Amino acid sequence: MFGNLSERLSDTFKNLRGRGKLSAADIDATLRDIRRALLEADVALEVVKTFTGKVRDRALGDEVSKALNPAQQVVQIVNDELKAILGGEARKLAFSKTPPTVIMLAGLQGSGKTTLAGKLAKWLKEQGHTPLLVAADLQRPNAVTQLQVLGEKVGVPVFAPEPGNGTGNPVKVSQDSITFAKKQQYSVVIVDTAGRLGVDQEMMQQASDIRKATNPDEVLFVVDSMLGQDAVNVAKAFHDGVGVSGVVLTKLDGDSRGGAALSVATITGAPILFSSTGEGLEAFEPFYPDRMASRILDMGDILTLIEQAQKTFDEEESKKLAQKLANEEFTLQDFLEQMQQLKKMGNMKNLLGMLPGVGQMKKQLEEFDEREIIRTEAIIYSMTPLERENPKVLNGSRRMRIAKGSGTTVTDVNQLINRFEQAAKVMKTMARGGVPNIPGTNPVLAGGTVGGGFMGGKKKNDKKKKGSKSGNPAKRAAENAGLNFGSENSKGSGSAFGL
Amino acid sequence: MFSSNVDLDDLEDILIRADFGIDAAVEITEELKREANRSGAASDAELRLLLKDLLTKRLTRSDSALNLSSGDLPYVILVVGVNGAGKTTTIGKLSRWLKDGDWSVVLGAADTFRAAAVDQLATWAQRADARIVRPEREGQDPASVAYQTVELAIREQADIAIIDTAGRLQNKKDLMDELGKVRRAVEKQARISEVLLVIDATTGQNAMAQAKAFTEVANVTGIVMTKLDGSAKGGILYALQQELDLPVKLVGVGEGINDFAFFSPEEFAKGLVAYK
Repeated sequence: MFGNLSERLSDTFKNLRGRGKLSAADIDATLRDIRRALLEADVALEVVKTFTGKVRDRALGDEVSKALNPAQQVVQIVNDELKAILGGEARKLAFSKTPPTVIMLAGLQGSGKTTLAGKLAKWLKEQGHTPLLVAADLQRPNAVTQLQVLGEKVGVPVFAPEPGNGTGNPVKVSQDSITFAKKQQYSVVIVDTAGRLGVDQEMMQQASDIRKATNPDEVLFVVDSMLGQDAVNVAKAFHDGVGVSGVVLTKLDGDSRGGAALSVATITGAPILFSSTGEGLEAFEPFYPDRMASRILDMGDILTLIEQAQKTFDEEESKKLAQKLANEEFTLQDFLEQMQQLKKMGNMKNLLGMLPGVGQMKKQLEEFDEREIIRTEAIIYSMTPLERENPKVLNGSRRMRIAKGSGTTVTDVNQLINRFEQAAKVMKTMARGGVPNIPGTNPVLAGGTVGGGFMGGKKKNDKKKKGSKSGNPAKRAAENAGLNFGSENSKGSGSAFGL
Repeated sequence: MFSSNVDLDDLEDILIRADFGIDAAVEITEELKREANRSGAASDAELRLLLKDLLTKRLTRSDSALNLSSGDLPYVILVVGVNGAGKTTTIGKLSRWLKDGDWSVVLGAADTFRAAAVDQLATWAQRADARIVRPEREGQDPASVAYQTVELAIREQADIAIIDTAGRLQNKKDLMDELGKVRRAVEKQARISEVLLVIDATTGQNAMAQAKAFTEVANVTGIVMTKLDGSAKGGILYALQQELDLPVKLVGVGEGINDFAFFSPEEFAKGLVAYK
């Protein structure tokens, strides 16, 4: 959603690349573009002014005069300031020490409160809580019914003593729901309130009364990510009128640039806790300010990718690997383990799809066959520990044995060794800080075409073919044939990913 | 000659803060500069008046009334838009207004996706005293509901059929295709008089993308700008009219059944220049 802003900013930074020092004129030209980009992204004007001012001050400070690479410096500053505005560090939902934890939802009409209530209930239930939904939107026709339907879908009870459609007192319903939750021992109460305009004083008073009646642990301000300049007024009104402890951004699956996130975070000073990314009830995730800032800077959602990878990638493993890389000891055994980590991560196409710039590679992704991993496993499992640790010992007869043992052909084995060598080479370069590849992601993946392509940075092409070093001319020819075949093939289907 | 740069910058800021978008804001301010030079307007009040007149002139158009005069009954109105824009509420108000004008109205609940959307429309139908065609089962193909609505309107010789559709974000290709299907289903039996795109006035520049995408699949004939009773100014409607040539036809100014109006460029411009 911040994609367009990312494009603009990277266009801006393109102009900065390749120059020695950053001049005041450079900074101002850049800031004009950044201002424009932010306004086009619907960041509120006053927020834009503060933002560009801060960046200018910092860019003109002495740290820039020391800069070796001005573009990097400006990216860093813009990124830092974006992060600061987006709320700094990510925060978790606050739970009460004594149940029930009360979460009140507030926002404009149509921002997505009721749908969000359903998603939040589902999410909390999955975390082991026993949530209760409270139908306190007695204004919008059939909001109560909508919440009941959602509650049924996610298997969470709904406290709805009033039919709504203009009848009933939402303050009383909210208050009663707390008593009810205590009696029935629900651990979390989610109060869905009516949509209201910031300028509607009567309705804002009502929201404030609901707050007083329920004493919530969190007042979540639900904000449509398509919101324009008015975000400032709305955020002020809700912050002053009800008090906001956290923000939820909805409709992030749209193509809006989402500048409202910056505006609302600036005005309320409250962190953005969650994002809502689709119509399905599972389309709900924590919001990461630092990642969003990276996204603005066209670094894609690499951090989200890393998070996914880390779910399965044990930290110690990666430390060991880093050590091995530094010592240039990357072996087939490591290669295999890497690949198994990838398999654990689940659908690789999904994973790859999260990388920036992968759009053009859709076709390759479609052709990618995850069974390739299984075949690779079979081949490596057919090797002896010595062979796995030191692939250099793999002569013709060993390769023949491995092919038989794994039900593949010598060509398959050659191909795998070839790919392994390429991956190892790229990773050694990386370990020495050579290739600006995705930090922390799986090197097996990074070693292939994808790794080289999507950063748009210096692409290292390790296409140079390594001939056999065998002294026997016939053997050399045969092995080279195998290697060549392997590299030609690696342009084809699944092999394009270095597997 | 012209010494009120500060004021003009202020006007540009006003336009930006009203969601006109930076290009429109700059262009209007430039034009205003020329006008001010010509007329000698210099004070803040004079410049604001100039801006009001300029906007009123540019926003006034001849095709901003609802297209209800071809004589070819029933007039079918298809209502489309993103999630939460206010489609169902708009239909409720519109049907009441039509009912008061002695039109007989049939509503079609073709939002078969969102929980309780059908019930929400039914409540409005009741308030507006209009008939409603409901899906026979949950998740029914919206195109078939639309078809049945027009069918009923023809059979009962109703004047107007208004079809409510599910909210959809314009970048969801499947859902947009579905909308094309709804349109085609209606056109099997009747001409579509109006395809109204409902846009939330609090929306920023994304409204442009919405209008483009919906126009492509559903031949939008007019804009309904909702929630103009809040602090949002809905300035994007200027770009929608100027760049996409889409007339703004109706505005929503509240949750009551009568909080409904036709778009008045002058009122809009007045509200804007009063803005600090």
